[in-house]
Amino acid sequence: MKVLELKGVSKSYRLRRFWGRGAELTVLREIDLTLHRNEVLGLVGESGCGKSTLARLALALERPDRGEMRFLGEPFWELPGRRRKSLRPGLQAVFQDPAASLNPRHKIEALITEPLRLQGVPRTEARERAAEMCRLVGLPEEVLSCFPHQLSGGQRQRVALARALIPEPAVVVLDEPTSALDVSVQAQILNLLVDLQKRFGMSYLFISHDLPVVLYLSHRVAVMYLGEIVELGPREVFFSGPLHPYTEALLAAIPGEGRSVKPLRGDPPSLLRRPPGCVFHPRCPEAGALCHREKPPLREISPGHLVACHKR
Amino acid sequence: MEGGPLLRIENLVLGLKGRSYPLVGPVSLAVDRGEIFGLVGESGCGKSLTGLACLGLFPPAVTPLSGRVLIGGDDLLALSENERRFFRGRRVALVFQEPLSALNPVLTVGHQVEEVLRLHRGLSGTAAREETLRLFSEVGLPDPETRLRNYPHELSGGMRQRVMIAMALAGNPDLLVADEPTTALDVTVQAQILALLLELRKRRGLAVLFISHDLTVIREVADRVAVMYAGEIVELAPRESLFAHPSHPYTRALLEAFPRLGVRQLRALPGQVPPPGHWPAGCRFAPRCPEKVPACEKEHPAMKALSAEHAVRCLRR
Ligand SMILES: Nc1ncnc2c1ncn2[C@@H]1O[C@H](COP(=O)(O)OP(=O)(O)OP(=O)(O)O)[C@@H](O)[C@H]1O
Ligand SMILES: Nc1ncnc2c1ncn2[C@@H]1O[C@H](COP(=O)(O)OP(=O)(O)OP(=O)(O)O)[C@@H](O)[C@H]1O
Ligand code: SF4
Ligand SMILES: [Mg+2]
Ligand SMILES: [Mg+2]
Repeated sequence: MKVLELKGVSKSYRLRRFWGRGAELTVLREIDLTLHRNEVLGLVGESGCGKSTLARLALALERPDRGEMRFLGEPFWELPGRRRKSLRPGLQAVFQDPAASLNPRHKIEALITEPLRLQGVPRTEARERAAEMCRLVGLPEEVLSCFPHQLSGGQRQRVALARALIPEPAVVVLDEPTSALDVSVQAQILNLLVDLQKRFGMSYLFISHDLPVVLYLSHRVAVMYLGEIVELGPREVFFSGPLHPYTEALLAAIPGEGRSVKPLRGDPPSLLRRPPGCVFHPRCPEAGALCHREKPPLREISPGHLVACHKR
Repeated sequence: MEGGPLLRIENLVLGLKGRSYPLVGPVSLAVDRGEIFGLVGESGCGKSLTGLACLGLFPPAVTPLSGRVLIGGDDLLALSENERRFFRGRRVALVFQEPLSALNPVLTVGHQVEEVLRLHRGLSGTAAREETLRLFSEVGLPDPETRLRNYPHELSGGMRQRVMIAMALAGNPDLLVADEPTTALDVTVQAQILALLLELRKRRGLAVLFISHDLTVIREVADRVAVMYAGEIVELAPRESLFAHPSHPYTRALLEAFPRLGVRQLRALPGQVPPPGHWPAGCRFAPRCPEKVPACEKEHPAMKALSAEHAVRCLRR
């Protein structure tokens, strides 16, 4: 069953300028992405490629310029306000910096139970469920009476997770949830995420710039470059191929895998100067004349494995 | 030139002014000429303060409590600030994570490198300009002529890091302290910068103290590796030996916690690193160690040689 769908979604922002008309920055271009029930869908890409923008659209925090966002089969932005409001608790988020997403003046208990109180759950019941949540995410119950600054980064991320899970969402969007954490704490949180997902059967959209992390917990992975999905497939294809040249470069750039790194030339280009043809062609070792001219469609090259490349 | 290692840190202990407990240390290590020495560990273990000490630099609240930092035959800690300044840039130079904060936003990057050349090598005018161009090509900046006139914000993160490296090389140092030089960069750009550092070592015989929290990056570049935990080095070994036979329980835990490609199960280490002032009296890793025995809580282990080059701080080895 499809729990969340982005269909032909595009998003642009108008940039402010000191003079003249601001340029239009197209961040996402015709994104098609489906998240199924009980699935972990990974999204990987380099800085500024539009991952967090996609997260905001998936969370219905922003409305796409074109295309449609469907949640639990319903076209979210077409629904009446009341219906939208009742659906929102089903969409939850965990962001990179828990310090920024937790109000520093509120105690952990208030932070974790806030989504419940918004739904009108009585205080004592909310407290019980918060204590239960703490146990599930591996926090001692005592933290309920602490303030966010009294906790470590890993503990704060557990609080953010408890708060996201307490309304029993269908979808949790995790945007770089472990990028600010140390390796040993990251491993704790990643394993916790895997356990919770198995236990509750909700769906994750897991976003990170770190391909090994994404591959660790995702069932399927989408690779994004300059606001477009260039590859989408089950986890296994990333170990067997064939892959988009950009995905190959990402894999080759992972250090410490015992083979020497082959650097990709150039920097990621700016969204303001989106190359014509294939977005990746200026850095692609295989680019030919067609790649300069024509945008390759995202084609299914084997069941469930899609690649946007003229040479695949 | 003197024989022996280029840099030798002996029992360096750093503390906070007005506090009795140490922040870092005691740390001992030596970096040879042309060697890439990797210093790895989790946040707060003391990597950056150790790196800064190699230049005789200490943040305002931090002070050396004991130990020596020897460059050639000179102990930086025994010198005056004026004397230390002579070493900075000319013998040891620093590159760190966020080049944007190290570069002056209102001056062109060409101007800033020329300034360093004037300061350290007395170059000016055309000579400084030509040397800047040469350095820019050496660090692989595309189109160096144009770059001269760019302001820092006009460059990508990768290009800014190349400018920082060019600036660090301007004084012809023997040792580069590179503190998380690729942590803020995308993986594909990180790969380029790592390749550049390896290239510079080969071409110039430059030694690098390479600081990172990322074991995989260290594995890519370092000849020898020191693993730090709670202010001290717990394992020191040549790269091959460290990754083939990780011996300290913490090193093993770090390796097992790292999401490498294709790993199906991460083994998470429970708990967290104790902050300065709360280090246990025995082994600092004991509260989290899967192998601890009662003695570990009482006795602080010393570094013990497992082979000529591989040493570990663990009572059970
Ligand atoms: N509200 C906005 N107004 C203008 N530009 C925006 C806005 N939101 C995002 N952008 C631009 O869109 C681009 C993509 O940003 P986004 O945060 O989605 O990338 P990202 O992939 O999450 O990057 P990172 O890995 O750095 O988090 C950036 O160039 C950003 O400046
Ligand atoms: N300027 C400072 N003033 C006071 N304490 C400091 C200062 N800089 C660092 N410390 C403390 O000294 C200890 C070592 O810090 P250091 O910055 O060397 O760690 P690190 O290993 O580089 O960590 P990270 O991976 O987060 O960069 C930490 O406990 C830190 O809180
Ligand atoms: S000394 Fe003991 S506690 Fe410390 S690492 Fe070795 S076994 Fe573990
Ligand atoms: Mg983002
Ligand atoms: Mg540091």
